[in-house]
Amino acid sequence: MAEKKKLSLIVFSGDFDKTIAAYTLASGALAVGYEVNLFFTFWGLNGVKIKQGRAFIGKALLDRFFNFLMGGRKKLPLSRLNFGGISPVLMTGMMRKNNVATLEELLEATKALGGNFYACEMAMHILGVKKEDLIPEIKKVLGVATFLELAEGGQVLFL
Amino acid sequence: MSQVLDITHEHCPMTFVKTKLALSKLNAGERLEVLLSEGEPLENVPKSSAEQGYKVVSITEVAKPVWKVVIEK
Repeated sequence: MAEKKKLSLIVFSGDFDKTIAAYTLASGALAVGYEVNLFFTFWGLNGVKIKQGRAFIGKALLDRFFNFLMGGRKKLPLSRLNFGGISPVLMTGMMRKNNVATLEELLEATKALGGNFYACEMAMHILGVKKEDLIPEIKKVLGVATFLELAEGGQVLFL
Repeated sequence: MSQVLDITHEHCPMTFVKTKLALSKLNAGERLEVLLSEGEPLENVPKSSAEQGYKVVSITEVAKPVWKVVIEK
């Protein structure tokens, strides 16, 4: 059998639509037999916080302020036409109505099919986010060198 | 005894995702009957299942545009 195909996604933007794209690619690739790595960095970390709404995370005042403003998975903004956070709610309704998987369903599928979740050490340090603030699926906190090693020989996408 | 999975109303990527999850729950030798639509699911569900080592037993048209694909683990 040929070597396993591999897809590694750098989830950077933390935008609602781009995060949906990340999980669509991740779950689809897993379902057709790829190994999939998801590397959450910067704004992307918001989507893997345990607290899904707005919450003060971190110790320093600025960390707490930033994390509160960014919020968690339920607060991800649409990259265009966000309209103060109304659009992601409307979009989820449109997806349900058209029988297309929502962000939550795609995330659950990615977990169920064994996607590998990683978080960026540097971005977590800047934002004062600890591993215990992130969902338990985050296998490891890593840096660029380890991510590149994991991604070697496969396709890499930055979302 | 084969299990039935209807993905005729699903869209990408849930067509593959649901098929893969259902297949992973089967024991070796058991079969899954997948009801799916023409186009992307019909072209790719049998192909990706075969690529992952499952046996595609049959592909038959049920009633346009629905097809039945029988896959064995």
